[in-house]
Amino acid sequence: MAYVAVKGGEKAITNAHRWLAEDRRGDTAAPEIEVAQLREQLSLAVDRVMSEGSCYDRDLAALAIKQSRGDLPEAIFLTRAYRTTLPRFGASLPVETAQMAVRRRVSAAFKDIPGGQVLGPTFDYTHRLLDFTLAADGETPIDGATQADEALAYPMPTIASVFAHEDLLEADARTAEAEPFDLTREPMAFPAGRDQRLQALARGDEGFLLSLAYSSQRGWGSTHPLCAEIRLGEVAVEFVPDELGFAIEIGEVTLTECQMISTDAGGVDKAPQFTRGYGLTFGHCERKAMSMAIVDRALRDGAANEASAPVQDEEFVLYHSDNVEASGFVQHLKLPHYVDFQADLQLIRRLRREHAAREAAMKEAAE
Amino acid sequence: MAVEALVEATSERRRWLSILAKAPSKDVIAAWDGLAERPAYKALRAPEVGMVLVRGRMGGTGDAFNLGEMTVTRAAVRLDSGETGIGYVAGRDRQHAEIAAAVDAMMQSANLRPAVEGAVVAHLARSQDERRDAAARKAAATKVDFFTMVRTRSPG
Repeated sequence: MAYVAVKGGEKAITNAHRWLAEDRRGDTAAPEIEVAQLREQLSLAVDRVMSEGSCYDRDLAALAIKQSRGDLPEAIFLTRAYRTTLPRFGASLPVETAQMAVRRRVSAAFKDIPGGQVLGPTFDYTHRLLDFTLAADGETPIDGATQADEALAYPMPTIASVFAHEDLLEADARTAEAEPFDLTREPMAFPAGRDQRLQALARGDEGFLLSLAYSSQRGWGSTHPLCAEIRLGEVAVEFVPDELGFAIEIGEVTLTECQMISTDAGGVDKAPQFTRGYGLTFGHCERKAMSMAIVDRALRDGAANEASAPVQDEEFVLYHSDNVEASGFVQHLKLPHYVDFQADLQLIRRLRREHAAREAAMKEAAE
Repeated sequence: MAVEALVEATSERRRWLSILAKAPSKDVIAAWDGLAERPAYKALRAPEVGMVLVRGRMGGTGDAFNLGEMTVTRAAVRLDSGETGIGYVAGRDRQHAEIAAAVDAMMQSANLRPAVEGAVVAHLARSQDERRDAAARKAAATKVDFFTMVRTRSPG
């Protein structure tokens, strides 16, 4: 049965929201947190909200986090709602991640990758022990990052360019410059092209994609991926304004890119090769980019063969990866469903009466 | 204008528009406020906040796909002396976009260019280079050499 709207309760709702505002502020003995503090000091939460909110704007994401009291899916919902209020000037040229000003770039597969292994600002290799100096009142002294005498050289070779001459790695060639599928303007369609899939995954929920990637690693869908490359850094965004007719850079975005590779034994027409899965996110969202790359790879398998695991089933993955939709559908259940319940109640009462009558008839027949 | 000169002018304009767009809003506003004289201009397009759909490439090298949107503010101005300028800058700072447009117009005027070329464009470019260089040095300091442990059987 469709959802039936209810009326009334305005006063209770107003009061609930006033209480929410008070709770959001918390104990006034503690200073109120500023949006700029969230933007600077909870930067990875900001990155996740920009990524899944599908809108690159650090201040906006920080504001959404403050308003949602740190509930990130709620903040993502706020960001998505805001973006619908803005006009779209157009689409950028595709960003060139090979030109990235890299702050972090590691290859877990290829030790000697040209350009080297650059750790950047990472949680990797930390001991995961709580640091109580951060809880100390006042400013925690920081030493500041070490700066080498010689700066890292850009652009840094990509894993694809390193093996290009051997054709060991499947290449993603540029074919037609057709307009890519746009989920924000067209409904989901199946079978999905890879453009539609990557857009959906880029907006998809990190937790959902992480679990799917994990399921694939554990054997539900045969992917044994290796992480060929992760890079984090800044990339210029180019756009062609109508009034100019040529491309200009309109800003810079921080991106995380992940290339997963796995072996493909090939076939009659195809030499054995490493095939690739691709992950790309706004901001520093490494767990998400890695998960996205594994899921992309698994879905490519699913498209080629019969899907045998959830991660290879594109309808299952793409219909359930968006946390704004998922959260909306699950959470609408807490809104009044009085009419649905009345209908169910009548049905169950009738069925029970019929059941009781049947029981009584059988008993009578037996006696 | 000869074709080469046009190409040259376009690439120069691309360069300063890029510098103006990539600079933090507060730096652009501070540099503008620091100018001794600012020319009069009219808004051709009042600053407008919108979005640009950012595209990536499949696998980093293939065909385009839609990654997500970014907020962008645009503005266009005409100086009283006739030059028109535009600003397209990431974010939602209307003043940043309008100043970018005014500086773009001034850079196209032989008379006004000297006032902003050094104090705004070169100044902003320098701080961008410094930031970029500092990040590249920090990154270089985290470069490691992993080595694979070779397992050997003990002799005998």
